[in-house]
Amino acid sequence: MPYDYKPFPYVAPPGLSGPEPRHKVIIVGAGPVGLAMALDLATRGVPSVLLDDNDVVAMGSRAICWSRRSLELFTRLGIADKVLDKGETWSVGRTCHGDDEVFSFDLAAEPGQHLPPFINIQQYYIEEFLAERALADPLVDLRFRNRVIGIDQSGDGAHVTIRTPDGQYGLSADFVLACDGGRSTIRAMMDLDFEGERFDERFLIADIEMKADFPAERWFWFEPTFHDGQSALLHRQADDIYRIDLQLGWDADPEEEKKPENVIPRIEKVVGPDFELEWVSVYTFQCRRLRDFVHDRVIFLGDSAHVVSPFGARGANSGLQDVDNLGWKLAAVLAGRAPRGLLDSYNRERVAAADEDIRHSTRATRFMTPSPGMERLFRDQVLALAGKTEFARGWVNSGRLSAPCIYASTGADDPMLPAATRPGAVVPDVPQGNGWLLNRLGTDAALLAVNCAVPGGLDLPVVEMQVNALVRERFLGDAPGALYLVRPDQVVAARWITADARTVSSAVRAMWEGRE
Amino acid sequence: MTLITTPNLDDHDGFYAELLAAHRGLSETQGQALNAQLILILANHIGDREVLTEALELARQR
Repeated sequence: MPYDYKPFPYVAPPGLSGPEPRHKVIIVGAGPVGLAMALDLATRGVPSVLLDDNDVVAMGSRAICWSRRSLELFTRLGIADKVLDKGETWSVGRTCHGDDEVFSFDLAAEPGQHLPPFINIQQYYIEEFLAERALADPLVDLRFRNRVIGIDQSGDGAHVTIRTPDGQYGLSADFVLACDGGRSTIRAMMDLDFEGERFDERFLIADIEMKADFPAERWFWFEPTFHDGQSALLHRQADDIYRIDLQLGWDADPEEEKKPENVIPRIEKVVGPDFELEWVSVYTFQCRRLRDFVHDRVIFLGDSAHVVSPFGARGANSGLQDVDNLGWKLAAVLAGRAPRGLLDSYNRERVAAADEDIRHSTRATRFMTPSPGMERLFRDQVLALAGKTEFARGWVNSGRLSAPCIYASTGADDPMLPAATRPGAVVPDVPQGNGWLLNRLGTDAALLAVNCAVPGGLDLPVVEMQVNALVRERFLGDAPGALYLVRPDQVVAARWITADARTVSSAVRAMWEGRE
Repeated sequence: MTLITTPNLDDHDGFYAELLAAHRGLSETQGQALNAQLILILANHIGDREVLTEALELARQR
């Protein structure tokens, strides 16, 4: 069954009949990033106005592959159960050269996680689930068919002009969050441009409906016989929908290639004749970002700030990590709990994360679509070697899959403690009693006490950890005990084997000031 | 560890002859493929990123 795109209701906003009071936050763009941002702020008691120029969820095949870290955010936002119920979880990826499998990986090999490493589900479902929550949340003022047509930052606030079916009006806010995607109008209106590389290679995306028993795995082919000399990617999504990405080459004519009479025979060669074509589009991509994501009172998140190639699931997942990183900081600044400078740390950390995504994505793209000559020679010889030796399999690059960025941090550390939980890293989930650690962490900062006493006089929630084998492996190593200071976004800020109250207090201050 | 640029290989004349022999009968394209694989195999064997960077720099010097 094709997805039923139900329009959301447009309601004439109050600003059309008289000036609205100044808002704290205006979010532009109700895609996954904007919706998640509004809901994240709501969990921290911050109201927002969320503007979208449209009144339906994303059309067609866009983000499909959501990481464990995104599922952890969805858990906090209350939609994880629906996503897990509807989506196709997977952990196995297979890479083929020609028609032969060169190697496979299984991301589930890591024990002690209750969420799958990845789940495939169409972006329209994610937006539907998030929009349902947003519409029910009194702190989210979600306005459809409200198109931002002007922005300025004069005086002490940010001001936007909005066009609706009933006319124009203006709004002012402390902050405007641009979540309006790769073709961001906010970015264009502010005369900001991306820096980085553009790839001219064209790819065809198709969503097909098919009753088949292809397993929920990621399949990637270099030079398959069914698609001469090019690469191909297959993912299973919800509702018996499969997504196929086919490389077309730089000289392909997108309008020609999109015609069903050209698309269908190509796909038949991959999966046979029994399918319905649901969606087709042709794209090229870029690996680029804004120089800065924070421009005084206008802050960019997701594709409006950075774009990558689709191989590696680093688009939407990275945007959701922007949300994770910004939510607590913005809430703290608005509440007067932290200085404005804390927002600089959003810029610093997420720019570095975008660079990591862009680096991985650019390398994967070069491997997939090498330029003629030496690039092509080495790519082909890595593939040839991968068939005969083990080491070269790891060199085969069909996209390095999204993982949370480990931020640069000078937070207190002890070399006896395991590297995986060093300052800057997201706390890994571990079983705790009948539940899981991440579910016990709230939306605030916390101290994790692992086999150690917590110094008195600290105004922070404390989670006393039950020590099991996984906790020992991930949080202690050879140390007898440890104390972890965890930021509200579940990133380790500092950790000690022993610490007094003064030491911890000063790390807490550094955290709220956003010191590196 | 840094890149060794002093004599380090026993029987280098023998290795040089073996390298040429490995290319015998190959077309230019096949020879390039062999060289590329050889570089990748040796890089993995060396297993030291700094040494490899130094080797690349030395090879690029004119």
